[in-house]
Amino acid sequence: MRIGVVTFPGSLDDVDAQRAVRLGGSDAVPLWHGDADLKGVDAVVLPGGFSYGDYLRAGAISRFAPVMGEIIAAAQRGMPVLGICNGFQILCESHLLPGALIRNDHRRFVCRDQLLRVENNRTPWTAAYAEGQEIRIPLKNGEGGFVADAETLARIEGEGQVVARYLEVNPNGSLDDIAGVSNERGNVVGVMPHPEHAVEELTGTGTDGLGFFTSLAASVLA
Amino acid sequence: MADTASAPTRPTLDTVAVATGDPEREQPWSELGLKADEYDRIKEILGRRPTSSELAMYSVMWSEHCSYKSSKVHLRQFGEIPQETSAGKMLAGIGENAGVLDIGQGYAVTFKVESHNHPSYVEPYQGAATGVGGIVRDILAMGARPVAVMDPLRFGPLDAADTHRVLPGIVAGVGGYGNCLGLPNIGGEAVFDPTYLGNPLVNALCVGVLRHEDLHLAKASGVGNLVVLYGARTGGDGIGGVSVLASETFDETGPAKRPSVQVGDPFMEKLLIECTLELFHANVVAGIQDLGGAGLSCATSELASAGDGGMHVHLDKVPLRDSTLAPEEILMSESQERMMAVVEPADIDDFLAICAKWDVEAAVIGEVTDTGRLEIDWHGERVVDVPPRTVAHDGPVYERPFARPQWQDQLQADAAESLPRPSTGDELRATLLQLVASPNLCDKSWITDQYDRYVQGNTVLSQPDDSGMIRVDEETNLGVSVATDCNGRFAKLDPYAGAQLALAEAYRNVATGGATPLAVSDCLNFGSPEDPDVMWQFAEACRGLKDACLELGVPVTGGNVSLYNQTGETAILPTPVVAVLGVIEDVRRRTPSSFQGAGERIVLLGRTREELSGSEWAHVVHGHLGGLPPKVDLRAERGLARLLADLVGIATSAHDLSDGGLAQALAEATLVSGIGARVTLEGDAFLALFTESAARAIVTVPDYELDELAALCARHGVPMAEIGTTGGTALEVDGQFSVPLDELRAAWTATLPAALG
Repeated sequence: MRIGVVTFPGSLDDVDAQRAVRLGGSDAVPLWHGDADLKGVDAVVLPGGFSYGDYLRAGAISRFAPVMGEIIAAAQRGMPVLGICNGFQILCESHLLPGALIRNDHRRFVCRDQLLRVENNRTPWTAAYAEGQEIRIPLKNGEGGFVADAETLARIEGEGQVVARYLEVNPNGSLDDIAGVSNERGNVVGVMPHPEHAVEELTGTGTDGLGFFTSLAASVLA
Repeated sequence: MADTASAPTRPTLDTVAVATGDPEREQPWSELGLKADEYDRIKEILGRRPTSSELAMYSVMWSEHCSYKSSKVHLRQFGEIPQETSAGKMLAGIGENAGVLDIGQGYAVTFKVESHNHPSYVEPYQGAATGVGGIVRDILAMGARPVAVMDPLRFGPLDAADTHRVLPGIVAGVGGYGNCLGLPNIGGEAVFDPTYLGNPLVNALCVGVLRHEDLHLAKASGVGNLVVLYGARTGGDGIGGVSVLASETFDETGPAKRPSVQVGDPFMEKLLIECTLELFHANVVAGIQDLGGAGLSCATSELASAGDGGMHVHLDKVPLRDSTLAPEEILMSESQERMMAVVEPADIDDFLAICAKWDVEAAVIGEVTDTGRLEIDWHGERVVDVPPRTVAHDGPVYERPFARPQWQDQLQADAAESLPRPSTGDELRATLLQLVASPNLCDKSWITDQYDRYVQGNTVLSQPDDSGMIRVDEETNLGVSVATDCNGRFAKLDPYAGAQLALAEAYRNVATGGATPLAVSDCLNFGSPEDPDVMWQFAEACRGLKDACLELGVPVTGGNVSLYNQTGETAILPTPVVAVLGVIEDVRRRTPSSFQGAGERIVLLGRTREELSGSEWAHVVHGHLGGLPPKVDLRAERGLARLLADLVGIATSAHDLSDGGLAQALAEATLVSGIGARVTLEGDAFLALFTESAARAIVTVPDYELDELAALCARHGVPMAEIGTTGGTALEVDGQFSVPLDELRAAWTATLPAALG
């Protein structure tokens, strides 16, 4: 598998995401925000960071990057796309995912080792997990509060589009403790916590995040 | 209505020709902080009065902050320490933007700690944020990729109103800037003391990694090479005292006096980092300098004096945010996120293309010359013509008077060893709970959870471990480790010993993680140098640090001095913050600080003495500060560090003993892991728990490693005592008390959230 990792101005976890892709057994292909070229990749990861400084609204400017036009079209054709943190925000701004992410309810940036429950393992990014599996991965955000209107919320809950939910502590005021969602088709997934920081025993919180980067190959082979 | 106002009347530009023809003009040298003899010296150097632009340059470059005029005579002695470490010769030393150490495998590492104290008091968020930004650019300017930051912080009492003003802003500023740069924050300190009320300390440390061949130095060499300013545009922020000149030069319709605190843009700095590293990689940089304090005045004069001796700058080519800025203001502006590079003409197109790729604005503003002069023009008229060395390096040097304070003897005679102590098990239990909940010893998650410690994916150890550790190479697992420490109360009781204890603690914290301590950077925070008492504290601290560095074989690679940290007559505790950097060949073999499993033996290493003066116990329980600090035994520190290095792979955990003594070390080792402990203490249980003797650590080993541990202790001459076993869900002291970890944790974690919300 060849998985592209996009670098926007202000991307921070792009190197980490490339490492996670490699440790997951795939080839990491760097993609540049200004090039409308996906270099023939099989899937794309939008990494965390503060693209364009998050100055207007997190993800609002990156959504218009030349590479995003290609990604939006490919996602609509079914290509797997994973957005992590800032990447999740960009996917919401691009209307590839429902809902929006707003400033944490306590108004502070928070970095913590977060327990999650994987609610939906039928996406190409979560197939390696058991449904209901509990995993601990780093969370770090200032604007991670997931919100949606009541109708949208009811729909994504009803359609099983909630991919992961916070356990023990809701770190940012997300509605229904939602930590990640997918689109209706399931190929586009956004998560606020950082699975790419949990892929080695040595660093981060262990290897609970590696499943996000091994699922793709597993789901394609299956 | 603005359009009916008359256009601002612009006085004639104060050029070199004007200055020559009008020698007697009154100049605001005093308002700019220069002394009469300093002003006379400038006139002597130039053979005429300075232009207002020259006056502005000299005034900032000869300020205490830039010239180290009060501290220089004491800092010189750090040059006596051999400039090499156990890993090899230093690749760059004191005087560069930051020292550079060889760590093997072709890698080098650079690190430095600096202060941003006064700006952070005035405007906590921006002061702290730009403190991080400034030190990161220092590291970047050496050719290194910044890989981690750390922030030693000092505040007034936790319950003081002003602490509630400055602390949340400072923490948010450190986090807001560092997080947005993608630099893991891997440690630091947060210490509370009444003397820091009105004088918070914000020290910022950055570590960078480079390949040997990527080392870049700040010099402008090669006649005809181009001088490029790139990064953010220059604005009116951070001009400080120079607004005096601005208001002299213009009438009231001119630019307003700007705030003296700079405003940071971490997004621009992130672009600047990636852009600069790509410029290095493309090999199109002949010399480089970051812009920090004193802005263009500093960058132009330092680059020119370190190179072929001449530079010609067209100041009107500097990209501006505010087109009304006067030349003096442009020269002094401390606008953030700017760098200056010297580029060969053949490389300039590539250089500018890389800047464009990263959306970073760049302008060629001058060229290197062989005139030996720094010449600056403003729309074709010469406003500066000076020998650059006189601005950058030949500032005044003061032999400030210093004398041992009259109160020092009385302070040292008032020992804490005679204070009433807890005696029963219940009293000891209550003392433990009181201490773990005290501001200096409590859990700091409220602060550190606002910092990203994971970004870049190489963080092996971070707060609450004793040291921060970063993997440098993913293939070989080479890594570096850093710790910063300073107990200001010890330094107050004896500044010579206090500085040595700060070094010893940081050195020990690096060693507990399994790394070998290599080198030192220091941030010397003191009160007013015009007070002989303070100057004595400073002189003693420098002398102590130098002697200890010689003894431990670790060079000082650079650092920073912050003086005038005082309100009225009250100076801060002398606070020589010492950062120690170490190297570890295989980070997979690092030793964590918290317990790792049940049923392991807990062993106390080092000699325990009755040393309560300056301790957290005396501070928290009695509000007392007096006596003599713990004995400094650098031989013992070195033996302990070597033992800890040999224990890599044998000890399952290692935790240094410092503030709060054995009691605090046990509390942290159990609380972080959730694994309890049962210990048996010989003799006076109170002393065993709360004395703060240096050169000590606790380690855990499986039963079968006890003999090996004993043999290694004997080899390194380190006393050892088995004191207990890990396991259970309580911290229990045999025959004295037992505290369930849940109760201990509740006390430890409640303090900062309760005070700060």
